[in-house]
Amino acid sequence: MTHIEKTDLPGLGVRYDFLTEDGQRVGVIHHRTGRRDLFICPPEDPDLVQLTVHLTEQEAHNLVDVLGGSQVIADLSHLQQHIEGLAIDWLPIQPGSVAAGSTIGDTRMRTRTGVSIVALLRNGTAIPAPEPAQRIEGGDTLVVVGTPRGIELAVEILRIG
Amino acid sequence: MHETALLFLELGSVIVLLAFLARLAIRWGLSPIPLYLLAGLALGEGGIVELITSEGFVATGADLGVILLLLMLGLEYTAAELTRSLRQSAAAGLVDLVVNFTPGLVLGLVIGFGLVPALFLGGVTYISSSGIAAKLLEDLAWMGNRETPLVLSLLVFEDLAMAVVLPILGAIALGGTFSGALISVAVALVVVGLIITIANRHGERLSALAFSSSDEVNLLTILGITLVVAGAAEQLNASAAVGAFLVGISLSGYAAQRAREMLTPLRDLFAGVFFVFFGLRIDPGDLPEVAVPAVILAAVTAATKFLVAELAGRRQRIARPGRRRAGAILVARGEFSIVIAGLGVAAGAGDDLGALAAAYVLLMASAGPVAARIFRPGLGTGGGPAAGTKVA
Repeated sequence: MTHIEKTDLPGLGVRYDFLTEDGQRVGVIHHRTGRRDLFICPPEDPDLVQLTVHLTEQEAHNLVDVLGGSQVIADLSHLQQHIEGLAIDWLPIQPGSVAAGSTIGDTRMRTRTGVSIVALLRNGTAIPAPEPAQRIEGGDTLVVVGTPRGIELAVEILRIG
Repeated sequence: MHETALLFLELGSVIVLLAFLARLAIRWGLSPIPLYLLAGLALGEGGIVELITSEGFVATGADLGVILLLLMLGLEYTAAELTRSLRQSAAAGLVDLVVNFTPGLVLGLVIGFGLVPALFLGGVTYISSSGIAAKLLEDLAWMGNRETPLVLSLLVFEDLAMAVVLPILGAIALGGTFSGALISVAVALVVVGLIITIANRHGERLSALAFSSSDEVNLLTILGITLVVAGAAEQLNASAAVGAFLVGISLSGYAAQRAREMLTPLRDLFAGVFFVFFGLRIDPGDLPEVAVPAVILAAVTAATKFLVAELAGRRQRIARPGRRRAGAILVARGEFSIVIAGLGVAAGAGDDLGALAAAYVLLMASAGPVAARIFRPGLGTGGGPAAGTKVA
């Protein structure tokens, strides 16, 4: 079993790295902005990065597909791996925005952005796991889970449809 | 009318000059900070040209620059990261504080500064430039290096230490009674602790409150709140800069990211103005006098940063080249040294402090990037780090 080391990069994101069987250190930096850096360290100085490849989130997904197939990734039981790259956010619904007055199903958020609405907050009470038929009103707050990029899109959808 | 025309002409020329200097800095792979300082020196009292009409605006702009620098710094970190770094790197951070604060303090006393300016000088030599460090890590593609987490956690510790030390220095500089200073210090410590605790528990909710899908609303909300908090902090003698830093820390997640994107251009503009203004107030004629102490201080405090990296790196089993790279990254002093010196000068700690700090930062902000490049291995051997191969 490969041991993946996880280190915080305060202000930047998280760094993961591991040693390959050949003794080469390989790692990934997850930037908070969604950028991914893939890096390789030379055997003679395992602390130094020899090559860095900047990847956008989409490119990172593509690379994962090519490397192992998404099936394999889904089967991985590393909880850490699942949670990293996942963002949770509280999105307030402005009265008068497109989302106010429509139902959760109407927004088609999950289909369009991959973002799930896991709870709806209204007047200090929470509706956990709301139904697609649940109405959204101005002043509500949606608790959403997804990729940072997906949540960015979700914000747009709630505002302008 | 005439006044306005002059104001725009002066201000415009200064900003165009900054643009030109920033371009040079990028080409040379250096930090623009020393160049901005030089521009300020050339434009100020006893310089080549003197700014007259725009001085008032530049002074206010400089104050805004400090606020924005600290706000952006706070936005970089979440409260959780701060507490974690504090716990993990407390020992290394304290060593860093002791060995880098002491040279400034001692030299200040030796050359007859008096205790208060000497304390500020200690702050100037202590704090590495997170701005220059971040740029170097990115430019040299060292972000993934194994020593980088160590470097970053030391920088975090320094920034946090600054939030505690600034109000203390401010209280001491303002004088008054000893008990009065103690009360200010106690208030500052309690407020810093309280804000970090609140941000740790309720950061997401706070951010959700401040957050809107409209960038206009976000910008106005965050800027307005920051200025109000900064003003209140200043009124409590806790330093406006620290107030801004705490606002930054309180925001996290998506709101912080959006705020960073929106405020970066504003920060760049007003921070540039701040560096120029700092140089403006220094008479270039004072520089030769402080040259020798500045060089001594530069040599000593470059060595002490390497020492910190050596000690802390060994504990984390980082090999020798990595420890040296970490040291080289930490050598650079920049924006926050000037911020500390600026507060010292504003608190009446003396003009000599300003001149010495300027000379010192001129040296260290230029030396940092050079030092880092010296330890960049394998140039031209094919084993060198590619400067971030872009796949796009």
